[in-house]
Amino acid sequence: MPKKEKKTGLIFFPAFDWAISANHPEREERLLYTQDQVFEEGLLDFPNILEYKPGIATYADINRCHICVPNPQNLTTNSHLISAGGAITAAQKVLTGEVDNAFALVRPPGHHSMLVAHGARGFCNINIEAVMVEYIRHKFGIKRIAVVDTDCHHGDGTQDIYWNDPDVLCISMHQDGRTLYPGTGFIDDFGGPNALGATINIPLPPRTSDEGFLFALDNVILPILDDFKPEIIINSAGQDNHYSDPITNMNFSAQGYALLNEKLAPDIAVLEGGYSIEKALPYVNVGIILAMAGLDYSQVREPDYDAQRIRQSPEVTRLIENEVKDVMTLWKKKKNLKQQITGSAAYIRREKNIYYDTDDITEKQIETVRVCNDCGGVVIIDSAADTGKKIYAVILPNSCCPECRKNGEIFFDRVNSSQYNHIYFQDRQRDVFIVK
Amino acid sequence: MILGIDVGGTHTDAVLVQNFQLIKKAKVLTNQANIMASLLEAADRLISGNNVNNIDRIVLSTTISTNAIVQNKTNRVAMVLLSGPGLSPATLNLGKDTYFAKGYVNHRGIPIKKVNNREIEDISNEISENQIRQIGIVGKFSSRNPQQELDTAELLQNSSRNISLGHTLSGQLNFPRRIATTYLNAAIHDIYRGFVQDVQNFVVKIGSNIPVYILKADGGTILIDKSLDCPVQTIHSGPAASIMGILATTCIKEDAVALDIGGTTTDISIFADGVPLLEPFGVSIDGRKTLIRGLYTKSIGVGGDSVVGVENGNIFIGPQREGPAAALGGPFPTPTDAMIVQDIISFGDKQKAEGAIALVAKKLHRSIQDTARAIVEKTAAMISDNVRQILAEINNKPVYTIHELLEGKVIRPKMLYVVGGPAAIAPFVAENLGYPYCIPDHSEVSNALGVALARTTAEITILADTEKRELIISEEGHVQNIPHNFSLEDAIEVGQKALREKAVRMGAKPDDIIMEITESQEFNMIRDFYTTGKNIRVKVQIKPGLISAGQARSNHA
Repeated sequence: MPKKEKKTGLIFFPAFDWAISANHPEREERLLYTQDQVFEEGLLDFPNILEYKPGIATYADINRCHICVPNPQNLTTNSHLISAGGAITAAQKVLTGEVDNAFALVRPPGHHSMLVAHGARGFCNINIEAVMVEYIRHKFGIKRIAVVDTDCHHGDGTQDIYWNDPDVLCISMHQDGRTLYPGTGFIDDFGGPNALGATINIPLPPRTSDEGFLFALDNVILPILDDFKPEIIINSAGQDNHYSDPITNMNFSAQGYALLNEKLAPDIAVLEGGYSIEKALPYVNVGIILAMAGLDYSQVREPDYDAQRIRQSPEVTRLIENEVKDVMTLWKKKKNLKQQITGSAAYIRREKNIYYDTDDITEKQIETVRVCNDCGGVVIIDSAADTGKKIYAVILPNSCCPECRKNGEIFFDRVNSSQYNHIYFQDRQRDVFIVK
Repeated sequence: MILGIDVGGTHTDAVLVQNFQLIKKAKVLTNQANIMASLLEAADRLISGNNVNNIDRIVLSTTISTNAIVQNKTNRVAMVLLSGPGLSPATLNLGKDTYFAKGYVNHRGIPIKKVNNREIEDISNEISENQIRQIGIVGKFSSRNPQQELDTAELLQNSSRNISLGHTLSGQLNFPRRIATTYLNAAIHDIYRGFVQDVQNFVVKIGSNIPVYILKADGGTILIDKSLDCPVQTIHSGPAASIMGILATTCIKEDAVALDIGGTTTDISIFADGVPLLEPFGVSIDGRKTLIRGLYTKSIGVGGDSVVGVENGNIFIGPQREGPAAALGGPFPTPTDAMIVQDIISFGDKQKAEGAIALVAKKLHRSIQDTARAIVEKTAAMISDNVRQILAEINNKPVYTIHELLEGKVIRPKMLYVVGGPAAIAPFVAENLGYPYCIPDHSEVSNALGVALARTTAEITILADTEKRELIISEEGHVQNIPHNFSLEDAIEVGQKALREKAVRMGAKPDDIIMEITESQEFNMIRDFYTTGKNIRVKVQIKPGLISAGQARSNHA
């Protein structure tokens, strides 16, 4: 079948001089063999594959989606600003029409970073997709965005940042949280009271292979995207579902990844995890780049690929079929759920205990959202970490209604500042960020 | 004394240089149908029975390889590819005599699938049936492990065949480019060998055994008999000669831009701290991207003889050339005519120049002088815009470390060097760009001077893998065992030794072996949370430049 070639931007930044620590999976060597494979296959010589240097994200870019404690300066290094900057560059190239789609093949990743960030968790300091999403909304006025997280780990950070946002659809397909970090992302995590259905989780059983991933794609992700009608689609593209990944238990292949990207047709893909740096990443990345560029990827194959050996069991197939049915049932009745969940409450409260594995920090957080039929609702955060930091934050959503704005401003004015180290005001609608 | 000869598209220039002073020069028209004749004619003007014994070396640049390629005077080549999985062969630009064979190695040079001897024998028979004598063998990742290419060559070798191996031509990764490079190398083998024989006969005829060097695309020289294995390296020697000419006739030490303005085109090249930039991956020729190390040059369709006209009320210049300037009897107005009208230069028939510019002026409803001025400025602006665009591209080249991204070298030109017939336009380009210009002395033979004084260049690529306990010198196809504690410093030492040996083989004098480390990286290899080894990558080169005493001269100048 002849394919339609697309102009694909590639922002390749392997950060060959940066690691979390010498033996950490997130280390200098991670994209070395990917670079070798991309170079040897001559991908950069294709006239429709254009390589760009990443930009550098600013602290203001980060403050649009995070409450960094105490501030983004203390939480990031140049490596984080460049990987977020690379994602932003990808968005710029696509949205200015310079390319049809773009792949930010950058590190370190970001999808475990939550709205409030006291430190690093799951190798992530800041959420590079969220930084990019807010940049896109702020600079290009785009409203409806879908983030499809295809990393093997639940995209809990992205989910947390957009939990109350009805305009950002976060779909995460991942290995069942009962068997893998971060242990979350179950079907009934379905979004905040004003954004029900804007969070979709598809936990998949261990040893799911190509057919299972593609079944979930065809029967959940694509139909929901059709319903939601996003203006742009972002693939939060982790590569750790691969059968050779050392820290997960799935059976996805380079061919599967390529086909997934062809079908999903993301406008922007951003690399997340993936730590089988020698046996998977070179082939998965070549497959994704070719698929995004509309080039023939049919011959891309891992040296040890054996379809029989990694094929999922009938039991796994059955589990996935049930899962898919459950997600779609929930999706179809999402409009009726709000009344059930909120009742007559004016505010809904969520209590969270968050562990930052990378930095060994524990946080207790209370998130309160105003029940609102006109916008995502003003969010109030009260968070204390075992670092001794206690903070309060008011977040106005992207299309904030006057009532929520008024309430938010009152909360910010009246908070008892002696109780907190820092008090933040994040106005996503007007791009205002205040700390007191 | 050195005899330098540059066979250009229009003229063949020759110079005799002694102690880095120009002693004698000659210029003859190039006979494209018989390049050898032009070479001999130019040499004859300078060599006599008296001085021939004083000549230490002869250095040539020739368009023979480039012409063979662009004019399709090439051999039929059988390409045998060990491609393995990956990019579909359908996306590669391959000829009909392409044979895919089993066998491939991965990115670490680990063999995944063996070469099948029976299959290669079948291919061999087919090649014989088709009476193809030139064979190119290219494996994916062969610069990481050449063994399968070597094994295949052994099976295909016989006395009537000549074999080009991909890994010998470059240490860089890029399979499609390696295929193109190897193909071209095989394709021009016969015509190039004929040329080398002619040159050798000539040297015998003048009764001497003077060593003869040839200029490569990267502005370096190689002994002519050593170049027989890699004729493809001698393409693009024209632009290379021009760039080396700038080095030979100036004291360039800074970031700079050089323009070689010809009749049809202007070639733009860039210097960083006085060293000409190389193409990042390799030069392109005849629409093919190769791995041939070559000096960076961009040719744009604006020159002294470009046709000038008016379209939609605006002046356009080029890209066509339809003959010489009107002042010399050409059919159309040209930038050269505009410069004659403006009294920037003076030659040919000024009245004819004015007549031609008047045609343009009439369409624009402007005076002849105004129009001439506008044409000169527009020509300068077109060249300047291209220079700015090239610099932006180079300065925005992707990099892969945080250090380079934040602190990498940015080229900020301090000087514009201009050579070529219409070089008198230099002040206008310089004004547009905002830095001063310089028109070097002897610019009419600067290419031949550059050829005469160029040093031998070479590059070595090392990959040491202490988990595999193996080191490979890619271009040499040399693999050796290393201990587990082999270090980056050890790899650099091996690289420098290999580079020195290679350069001496190619004809370098010890004083001219000035090495530079262009890449040195080491990565901890971690498998299952334990360090299993180091992946060490080193590149060392002798960068393009003048032979040592030539350098001394420009230091004193």
